[in-house]
Amino acid sequence: MWSGSTMTPGRVFSRPEPPEVGLAGGGAVARQRKHPLVFWVSALPPSLWLFGFFLAPLAIVWVLSFGEKRGLIDVEITWTLANYVRALDPLYLGVVAKSLWISGVTTVLCLMIGLPVALGIVFAPGRWKPILLFLVILPFWTNLLIRTYALIAVLRTRGYVNFTLEWGADTLGLPFEPLALLYNNAAVVIGLVYVHLPFMVLPLYAALDRMDKLLIEAALDLGASQLRAFVTIVVPLAVPGIISGVILVFIPALGSYLIPDLLGGTDSQMIANVIERQFKRANDWPFGAALSFLLMYLTFGALAIRSVLAKGDGGLEAK
Amino acid sequence: MPLFPNGRLSRRRFLAGTGAVAAGISILPRQGWAAEEAKLNFYNWDTYIGETTLEDFKAASGVDVKMDLFADNDELFAKLKEGNPGYDVIVPSNDFVERMIKANMLMPLDHKMIPNKANLQSAFLDAAFDPGRKFSMPYMWGTIGIGYRISKTDGVPDSWKWLLDSDRYKGKCALLSETTSVLGIVFKYMGHGLNASDPKIIKAAEELLIRQKPNIKLFAPDNGQDLLLSGEVDLTMEWNGDILQVMEEDNDLSYVVPKEGSVVWQDTLAIASGAPHPENAHKFIDFLLGAEVGAGVAKVIQYATPNAAAKALMPDSYSKNPAIYPSDETLAACEALVYQGSDVVRLYNDAWTRIQSA
Repeated sequence: MWSGSTMTPGRVFSRPEPPEVGLAGGGAVARQRKHPLVFWVSALPPSLWLFGFFLAPLAIVWVLSFGEKRGLIDVEITWTLANYVRALDPLYLGVVAKSLWISGVTTVLCLMIGLPVALGIVFAPGRWKPILLFLVILPFWTNLLIRTYALIAVLRTRGYVNFTLEWGADTLGLPFEPLALLYNNAAVVIGLVYVHLPFMVLPLYAALDRMDKLLIEAALDLGASQLRAFVTIVVPLAVPGIISGVILVFIPALGSYLIPDLLGGTDSQMIANVIERQFKRANDWPFGAALSFLLMYLTFGALAIRSVLAKGDGGLEAK
Repeated sequence: MPLFPNGRLSRRRFLAGTGAVAAGISILPRQGWAAEEAKLNFYNWDTYIGETTLEDFKAASGVDVKMDLFADNDELFAKLKEGNPGYDVIVPSNDFVERMIKANMLMPLDHKMIPNKANLQSAFLDAAFDPGRKFSMPYMWGTIGIGYRISKTDGVPDSWKWLLDSDRYKGKCALLSETTSVLGIVFKYMGHGLNASDPKIIKAAEELLIRQKPNIKLFAPDNGQDLLLSGEVDLTMEWNGDILQVMEEDNDLSYVVPKEGSVVWQDTLAIASGAPHPENAHKFIDFLLGAEVGAGVAKVIQYATPNAAAKALMPDSYSKNPAIYPSDETLAACEALVYQGSDVVRLYNDAWTRIQSA
């Protein structure tokens, strides 16, 4: 039942191109692009992939969302809007709002933690940088399910955090009551931040690493405080990275399914959990499809906001 | 403390994914069975067969069994929904048997080919979800009850009240996350039948659960036994077999079916429509209903067998274990889930979504 992590089509959007980390030889790439044959040969496999494994299945789900159930297994496509009307019921909008809230909090926390981390890596000595970047991506070597289970072992009543606190309290001679860290919304946010942090750190690093450090020096020389230099020089230069990072964290977090299922309490249900139930237990694929597309439209909305922001800050958008 | 509290796989737990297990070493078929090739595709729950059952069947009939695994009824249903990909014998539970019959996904059984049916306890010769047993034979059965930590509870918590309508164990209890079973149990607690379909009753059950939510730690996605073992909760609604597993590891744990009654479930052997080897499938079902074979299976999986001849071969530690075989009066208060049609399923699921988001 945990295999449903790909349930929300929105996820497919979640990892577009990797951040451009100082690509050398841009001229050679440009020359290649001019040759039509090279372009077509190199564009064909990804296009087929995109069509066969993304657009076509998505189209099927889209069509399904206009269907009506006929008996137990048959769905008739009647182009009804009833599924969407039902999806806009306050009940489901409430779940969507909750999902937006949880992924919003996750994104803000990732940004607050990710920015200092990225800055730290940027200003680290050269030989340390690859090692630090390697440490950022190291968790990806372990399966998400395993990492989430490991978090359960860390957070539960008789988990490592409570053991450590108990040890500390015993040493100081204080009374100790284990903290309820698991099975609540905070646990879901902790899990989401833990999983998505690298997606914030990497684009931020890419943006900040290109920054001309002389600019900061100049600001400090001209009498700006450290804080002022950070706010007026570093942050604006990091904006492209911030936007990419926010998108890369917010969208997958919005469609997350496994983490609320495993770490959440009695009120941690997110929209993907409702969608999963429609496809399985409730056996109502058309409604599940409509809910999936509701999530898709939200994703499109987020991407649209991004492009508007990118236009507004056109000069800063690294190209 | 181990990272993973319970290393073994319970049959209702999804960890191993669906790995195919090829069983039996191929030797030439000893007998030439009719025209059908000597093969059989068996789609089963994880850890839900005896240690040597498949090899024994191969030795007895010459038929090679290839076993695939599924994690829950939803997966079984979804996989066969778009047409049978080649399975012969499948193991659906109660209301799913009914769903599959209604969707023409099962093949009628030829009872003449299953003489070992005579081994079954008479109570299992008929079933509400499959009148006359036209499509399914019982394989194993069990109950949903309360698994609890003896030292943390006042006496035996033999009422659903402790989980559903009390703050005595606030923050120390968990419910299952399976919509139909949980709502059904709430109906029973409120004095209705397990399969209530009246919207008013469903609404009342919804309100009761929303009221109780502050006292419940979580709706466990089938890991209640681990929560109990690790001390995360002291009471949990769970399947009896899962609690039995952790009871072996911790003497402080026990299991009770509350007096209001509960869900009694049954996993069945059935043949999927379009099965490529229906004759072998009948032989296999008959084989599994044999006394020795049934006892071999029961020994490994520790659920209750409906096979009287097999039960007679089992030691008292199994056949007299109240966690496996509840008393007759407890059992009389239990019911099986039946499929109620998509309108009621939708009412249940909407109520469940409201409960989860309240």
